[in-house]
Amino acid sequence: MVTRRAALSVVGVEPVGPYTLLRVRRGGLEPGRPGQFFMLEAPGRLLPRPMSLCLAPPGELAFLVDPIGPGTRALCALGPGDHLRVLGPLGNGFDLDVERPLLVGGGIGIAPLPYLSQALGGPPAILGFRSPRHAEAAALLPRAEVVVEPTYVTEAMPLDRDVLACGPEPMLEAVRRLVPDAQLAWEAPMACGYGACYGCAVEIDGELRRLCVEGPVLAAARS
Amino acid sequence: MLLNASGCLDALAAPDVARSLDAFVTKTVTPLPRGGNSPVRIAETDVGMLNSIGLANPGRDRFLAETLPRLRELGVPLWVSVGGFAAAEYAETCALLEDVTIELNLSCPNVDEAPESAAEIVAACRAATELPLYAKLSPATRDVAETARAVEDAGADGLSLVNTIRGLTLDEHTLRPRLGTAVGGLSGPALRPVALAAVWACYRAVSLPIVGMGGVATGRDALELIAAGATHVALGTVLFADPDAPARVRRELAAEAVARGFAEPSHARGVAHAEARSLDARSRVEVEKALEFGPNLPLDPQDSGASIPRRGDEDPGAGAGSIARPAHGRP
Repeated sequence: MVTRRAALSVVGVEPVGPYTLLRVRRGGLEPGRPGQFFMLEAPGRLLPRPMSLCLAPPGELAFLVDPIGPGTRALCALGPGDHLRVLGPLGNGFDLDVERPLLVGGGIGIAPLPYLSQALGGPPAILGFRSPRHAEAAALLPRAEVVVEPTYVTEAMPLDRDVLACGPEPMLEAVRRLVPDAQLAWEAPMACGYGACYGCAVEIDGELRRLCVEGPVLAAARS
Repeated sequence: MLLNASGCLDALAAPDVARSLDAFVTKTVTPLPRGGNSPVRIAETDVGMLNSIGLANPGRDRFLAETLPRLRELGVPLWVSVGGFAAAEYAETCALLEDVTIELNLSCPNVDEAPESAAEIVAACRAATELPLYAKLSPATRDVAETARAVEDAGADGLSLVNTIRGLTLDEHTLRPRLGTAVGGLSGPALRPVALAAVWACYRAVSLPIVGMGGVATGRDALELIAAGATHVALGTVLFADPDAPARVRRELAAEAVARGFAEPSHARGVAHAEARSLDARSRVEVEKALEFGPNLPLDPQDSGASIPRRGDEDPGAGAGSIARPAHGRP
């Protein structure tokens, strides 16, 4: 389902540890549900980049970007007043009908959790990072317990909660082993974000299916 | 008219985008269901993108029973891309289709090819259906015009030019292939000159309508393909970045044509080939040699009743059948 695409102006570009919080005017776009994502035009690149919404300040959309490649570096190099085309919200977000939520995030995978935390009234969170500098991003959400490698989130995670998690694939697999019914937000390379390219196929219920259409948040086991 | 390139749009996931086209081309349908290749299946490069989707599709039976009826509800003329691993498989699928244009995918770079030649597959399909048959060819052959002549002789009603070409990209840190299959199909800006050359060559070789595609991102890109000989233009990779591309490209194309004195974009068809008109006789002989023209093909349209190439003024949709013409009336 193609929602809306608009040219949005950049309001702010703020460092958060090694990451960048890219704030744009909302324009005509809806923020959507926590866990949904947007395709952000990456200046000078052929394809847009999928980013889950990190925060939805009044009149704004904010995305947490890790400058790891040419597209994300171009996004982090934007300045106030610059414009970029944004498509979204896309995909399926988290189911918010949970009784004892616990947010679990790893690295740049914490990106959707601040907005999710607001929607759930600030539940406890456990966030894992590879260094204290990366862990500065934990300030984006309240009640966050931080672990830094070599400690992993799964070592600090109570098992009697409704887990909503986003992070690197090994972390999600480990979380799922401990909490089989956890809601997990996955990631895959994606050219379009709206079901056209079939590039983001991952194994879901034993079949290769498009993560942008079926996910990115999957409640059931992914394989 | 403006279409999507096969595999670059799911009309059921994005019906509004499909409706902004003059016809929707399906993802390639194979006899049996295919999950497609293992991830990672796409990678951006500095000059285009690579994909190794591998013809993921629900298979012929489910396509006919479930997908096709839902596609018909969209009210957009349909082209069904047909694939297979033997000529008989292509022909069997063709025989089961009604009221669509068929595009034979003879050139997917991500799967094994049928043992038969493109012309043999076209001939088998021609015997199986009277529907309009377009042959989608790869530019990665020694002489795409030769293939074009062969499929024309075998009964094709049109050509789709071009499919992607094989490419490889490596991870900048690990120096390992970024795609799960290592090598994939290259599309986007890098493919555009390749597509132009193929359309150019085939326009001179055959009298079939041509769907030009490969890296089209703007109206000017589309106009260039038309000038090289395309009757229709398809959008591929650009749709991933810009679902609004059909309306934009259509608008730009009309303006670019008018700016060059063409009332309609279709009037520009083949004008790239008229370049030789301005050359003196001696230069024309040189050009003729360089382009390996047939000895009797006149370079100057005034030399004979025919223009260069031979169908300059023909109705762009001719021969494509009624399905190939946009039902909702856009040029």
